[in-house]
Amino acid sequence: MAVIEVRNLSKTYRVYQKSEGLWAAFRGLFRRRWREVHAVRGISFEVEQGEFVAFLGPNGAGKTTTLKLLSGVITPTSGEARVLGHVPWRRENAYRRRFALVMGQKNQLWWDLPALESFRLHQHIYRIPPGEYERTRDELAEMLGVRELLGRPVRELSLGERMKMELMAALLHKPEVLFLDEPTIGLDVVAQHTIQNFLREYQRQRRLTILLTSHYMKDVAALCQRVIVIAQGRIVHDGSLEGIVERFGRSKILTVQLADGQSSRDFHRYGKVVECQPPRVKLRVPRQGVPELVAAILQNHAVEDVSVEDPPLEEVIAEMFSCVQQQTSQESPSPVSTSSA
Amino acid sequence: MMFSSISLTGKLHAGLEELQARASTWWVMLQISIQERFVYRGDFVLGTLMRFLPIVTQIFLWGAIFHANARETIAGYTYHNFVAYYLLTMVSRAFSSMPGLASGIARQVREGEVKKYLIQPVDMITVLLLARVAHKLVYYFVAALPFAAVFYICRHYFPGWPDPEVMAAYILSLILAFLLGFFLEATLGLISFWFLEVTSLLFVYMLFNFFFSGHMFPLDMLPEPWLTLVNFLPLKYLAYFPAAVFLGKVQGGELVMGLSVQAGWVVFFIILCRWTYARGIDQYSAYGG
Repeated sequence: MAVIEVRNLSKTYRVYQKSEGLWAAFRGLFRRRWREVHAVRGISFEVEQGEFVAFLGPNGAGKTTTLKLLSGVITPTSGEARVLGHVPWRRENAYRRRFALVMGQKNQLWWDLPALESFRLHQHIYRIPPGEYERTRDELAEMLGVRELLGRPVRELSLGERMKMELMAALLHKPEVLFLDEPTIGLDVVAQHTIQNFLREYQRQRRLTILLTSHYMKDVAALCQRVIVIAQGRIVHDGSLEGIVERFGRSKILTVQLADGQSSRDFHRYGKVVECQPPRVKLRVPRQGVPELVAAILQNHAVEDVSVEDPPLEEVIAEMFSCVQQQTSQESPSPVSTSSA
Repeated sequence: MMFSSISLTGKLHAGLEELQARASTWWVMLQISIQERFVYRGDFVLGTLMRFLPIVTQIFLWGAIFHANARETIAGYTYHNFVAYYLLTMVSRAFSSMPGLASGIARQVREGEVKKYLIQPVDMITVLLLARVAHKLVYYFVAALPFAAVFYICRHYFPGWPDPEVMAAYILSLILAFLLGFFLEATLGLISFWFLEVTSLLFVYMLFNFFFSGHMFPLDMLPEPWLTLVNFLPLKYLAYFPAAVFLGKVQGGELVMGLSVQAGWVVFFIILCRWTYARGIDQYSAYGG
């Protein structure tokens, strides 16, 4: 049975639209213009127990809105969702004791006190038996390497250390479902790496279900078997990361190593020259015509070596976002509509 | 029959367990809130002591007024009565004033901190109430000595210790004043679910509070129709009423009535606060998040 079931879930916000200028501001006092923002538009998906799923999408695509809907922070405009058999926005304690949400930009710990105190409070809020609490706490502290920081006031911790504490707080009650909203935002490479390793290891051990949003492709590539791409409130891809490259990657990178004395001047006729350091030339070429191009190059030049690669993942994703944006704007001219009230 | 009595005992048992679990959570919350209050103890001690300054100016002000008018009483109050009254309203306000409560709620709503209470199995109003109890306990701990000193120095201004029954009624009125102050200001703070900024609203409230709670002058000095008006407002129970109880101005049936009305206001604001919170959360989850 699926742990998370989402059917035709939609969320539309009505936001007050400000116009520019003093006169408009004055008029706004009497006649307000509202703008409807369709943050999520009829999405459906299922997540099985033990899956580690990433949500990808440009800013404002609806990723965080989806996580907020599934954690019960907001109620949907229409549609259904069940997580662990509960309707999230009913906010039953029975549900709230079984999941956790970590937001990279929000702090849930008591700022002036050691994290240990916040943990102690969590123990009581989530009703964790004392022995189990101590075991879980020590185990998590060990895995994250923060044992000696537990007694230090949270405000004295670095961003990375704080994030580790946030994760600890979220996992003390052994949630079955974990929502992570940009958990590595603003962290240095080392801290990012530690958190990635921890999440991978912890998820492997516990088989808990995790939904993650992140802008760091490295997080996604390192952790998630499945990727759901959202753009303008709709799911445009649901599958593996490699699937994205196959589906949306329009180009390949062709690296040609020329034999001594060969000129690399007329290579631009094969594709876009990305890098030219004779005797090596790097080209970006359309995905479809690679075999023909390679054949042509081999025929016209003395070549020592040729390699064909996918462009970096970030590039493919960026390409995909722009491609998806074009598609959706052709289908429905405006994601927002305006009304007066 | 037997089955139903077993299920009843079972329910009772489960209910007791639930209550016990909650009580232990509240206890830890209270402890942690107290610890947090002690973090900035230097600032706290200074702030506590500074609160005695306005009372000193008020005592001098009324001294000057009496001296200039060369009168024994003003509106039935002698100079001694005034000093005693002001010292007692200071005690009332030590219970009923809630610095930073409403603005704190507004900040939590604005900055999205309220999400925590939607996600975790914990109630925002309970957390705020316990934090406020902690705030007050630490305040009394710091202020007890200076309060005792001031009352000792000014002991001649008082008519003497009230009877044990009056004293009990006084303590009850102070506790009710605390609850009334808390739920009233929490309700005001919760309005920020609709209007993100509540500073102006709070300013108006503070102004009303200053005049109609009895903080500025004894309310029984007021002429009609103001006197009737303040009797219909909850504000007088925040400062005037407990002081009047201590001074023996309200007695017998009137005292019972007064305490009942005060308790009635507390219940009213608990309900209003809960209702506003529930509606606020609906509003928040529908539009914001």
